[in-house]
Amino acid sequence: MIRRGFFSLLPAVVAVVLAMVVTGLVIALTGGSAGQFYSTILSVPIPRVSVTIVNQTAMIAISAFAAAIAFRMNLFNIGVEGQYIAGSCAGAFFAGSGLVAGPAVIPATLVVAVVAGAAWASIGGFLLVGRGVSEVISAIMLNYVALTMAGYLVNRYGVASGYTFTTNPLELNQQPVGFQVVDGPYQVWALAIIAVLVAIGYWVLINHTRFGFDLRASGASSTAAAASGVDAKKMTLIAMALSGGVAGLVWMPAFFGSVHKFGIPENFQSGLGFTGLAVALLGRNRSIGILVGSLLFAFLSAQSNDLQSVGVAPEIISITQGVVVLAVVVAYEIVRRLQIRREQESVARELASARPTAEEASR
Amino acid sequence: MTAPAAAVVLTGIGKRFPGVVANHDVDVSIRPGTVHALIGENGAGKSTLMKILYGVQAPDDGTITVDGETVTFSSPTDAIARGIGMVFQHFMLADNLTVLENVVLGAEKLHGIGGGARREIRAISERFGFGLDPDVLVETLGVAARQRIEILKVLYRGARIIILDEPTAVLVPQEVDALFENLRVLVAAGNSVLFISHKLDEVLAISDDITVMRRGTTVGTADPATATRLQLAELMIGEELPSPETTESTVTDVAQLQLKGVSVFASDGREVLQGIDLTIHRGEVLGIAGVEGNGQAELVEAVMGMRTLSGGTIHLGTEDISGWSNRRVREAGVGYVPEDRHRHGLLLDAPLWENRILGHQTRKPNVRGLFVDRKGARRDTDRIVGSYDVRTPSIDTTARALSGGNQQKLIVGREMSGDPVLLIAAHPTRGVDVGAQAAIWDHVRTARHEGLAVLLISADLDELIGLSDRIEVILRGRLVGEFDPRRVTAQELGSAMTGGGEAA
Repeated sequence: MIRRGFFSLLPAVVAVVLAMVVTGLVIALTGGSAGQFYSTILSVPIPRVSVTIVNQTAMIAISAFAAAIAFRMNLFNIGVEGQYIAGSCAGAFFAGSGLVAGPAVIPATLVVAVVAGAAWASIGGFLLVGRGVSEVISAIMLNYVALTMAGYLVNRYGVASGYTFTTNPLELNQQPVGFQVVDGPYQVWALAIIAVLVAIGYWVLINHTRFGFDLRASGASSTAAAASGVDAKKMTLIAMALSGGVAGLVWMPAFFGSVHKFGIPENFQSGLGFTGLAVALLGRNRSIGILVGSLLFAFLSAQSNDLQSVGVAPEIISITQGVVVLAVVVAYEIVRRLQIRREQESVARELASARPTAEEASR
Repeated sequence: MTAPAAAVVLTGIGKRFPGVVANHDVDVSIRPGTVHALIGENGAGKSTLMKILYGVQAPDDGTITVDGETVTFSSPTDAIARGIGMVFQHFMLADNLTVLENVVLGAEKLHGIGGGARREIRAISERFGFGLDPDVLVETLGVAARQRIEILKVLYRGARIIILDEPTAVLVPQEVDALFENLRVLVAAGNSVLFISHKLDEVLAISDDITVMRRGTTVGTADPATATRLQLAELMIGEELPSPETTESTVTDVAQLQLKGVSVFASDGREVLQGIDLTIHRGEVLGIAGVEGNGQAELVEAVMGMRTLSGGTIHLGTEDISGWSNRRVREAGVGYVPEDRHRHGLLLDAPLWENRILGHQTRKPNVRGLFVDRKGARRDTDRIVGSYDVRTPSIDTTARALSGGNQQKLIVGREMSGDPVLLIAAHPTRGVDVGAQAAIWDHVRTARHEGLAVLLISADLDELIGLSDRIEVILRGRLVGEFDPRRVTAQELGSAMTGGGEAA
């Protein structure tokens, strides 16, 4: 078991180190100072940044779990981006509508966000099952539609806030108090806890339920799953809806934690859907892997802000993140092949020792 | 092993992979102008040996001598240059090219790609009675003709020693006879054939010498003139062997599966099953004989609820199961050993205990309510591994790592779990070694004795005749004749399968 753990950890570590080296090289080659890059990125984050890291980790993780649900069924839900825009927009409009007063608005809004995300994802699901439209293609289109539509809705039905429009902001008693983990005005958002709940829920669902088994079986071999009684179409629809439902929650921690209203682009953080896909790949669709991967990405992004002060563009960190994902995918494939070979050898040994050798000698 | 002018002599060949010895002390001597059979269970080291002889892998020990000269091969190109050719079990032909194009592909230097090549192909085809027209598209040809193209390909490249890997696996009896006729002409012209096979009757029929392999080494030779099938099989597995013969009948008069007028359309509108009527009683094994692609797969899928019927009804016991989903059919007690275990029977990268759950994911001991019962599933996997003799280091091993025979034993064990009333077994012993084959036959017989009804689809006519209480022949989606396995011969079945004869 120790060996197995070692094998699943090593590629990730190698990938991170490799990514840092590559980034350093790129900086050095373009005339920057790699040393200052390393000392900035690897410095201990100041309290404000630590809080940001935790908050960002939560959102990235939720997004990654959304992607992972679909990945587990071999569906590439590149539409997490559009789904969480849909969920955020619908949730924020609902919360600002005054239909539910007081703190009760929080659970009600979460439900609306989930339903909106699931509905948006289901468009792709139905197109795939009913018409054979690749979920990737429809999702790319739907991402733009979601962004444009959300912008239109806010401009049409929102309220003016400075030069832009937003949804009605939350009342004061609808803003949950966050976790005070460091001194000062910085809090970890209350709803960051959603990430933990999603992580546990994902782990239980995938590894311990019948539904999770059917989902994984469909992903591992659609033909074997069908022969075992799994209804592939139903499974695709459910997986897409579930993935979209979780995606709908991505921005909720920020919404209730600090933003309190929705408006594009100032009052919304876009791009988390794509980050989530990368982190799901990095974490190999495992709960712990995704949480660690989210932390890594959040850490790199947050720390990179300070790169400006040493004359390096913070965007350079995208190179690090990209190389991490690429390297980890390659490294895990190598490890997978190694493991298959090791296993086959152990089976061969088992076979060789299965029959009595006395009889062998008598021949 | 005394022939002085042997075409190929392998002496003391050994090949080690990390942690496992694939071949050791292998001695084979192939006389020129003979068919030399190499037999052995799966995993006995035949493939490794073939790869060594064909230059795919280099041996760690031992020597290869071709026509009295010691050689070392670093690639198949070297082997071909020495006149050694290999015909793989899975054909490597491009359907949309002609016979000529397929043959010259990669050997353009020999006789060009035009008239010269065409003349050469015609000459080879005529000399050995292949009956191949160089300008016919391969997609229009049947399996047997494609195999002859593969043989022609190696002859065209100058091979005089031809390795055939399980060449009869895809052929019906009449085609096997034709192939053997070709082989006899080949060896009469001075070529040598290394014939690798599981089918001992065929080995006895065609070969001049037999070498038996077991556990990585050659354990003996046999003379086909005197050896019996049973002796060979026992030499192969090193222990006594049961035959597929079913002793006494256990057929009852309670119908367990009843198909009435079942028809199925393929997605392209062809009628792949037409008005199938059949009944299987409790304790009865019904064998379906037929050339592959005549509706067997569709018949299985229709019963399993994986295909929509265009007509007719299916009853399981007294219940009408037409239109039921696959899962509901399985829950009603139907076990299913699929034809293609890698595509339909296993999750190759999942551990054995998860594979135990596959197809049974709504039933005990695998699940409790909506949750997977890991403990229950693992315990039951241990039981299957034990009582079905699945050779594996652990139930956490992935299915991919097991040999075909052990994968199949796991599947059979799984499908026999939970007291099924009907077992649908499609080619249950295809590609498995003799030991596993015997074990699987045994389990089918035991279950049948306890009242299980079995629908057996097989291309192995010995298996069909040995296990079945009744045999139906399927041809172009219709049942065309019923035979009594105690009286029918493989030849008669083969003839009915190809539409050449009427029911007895």
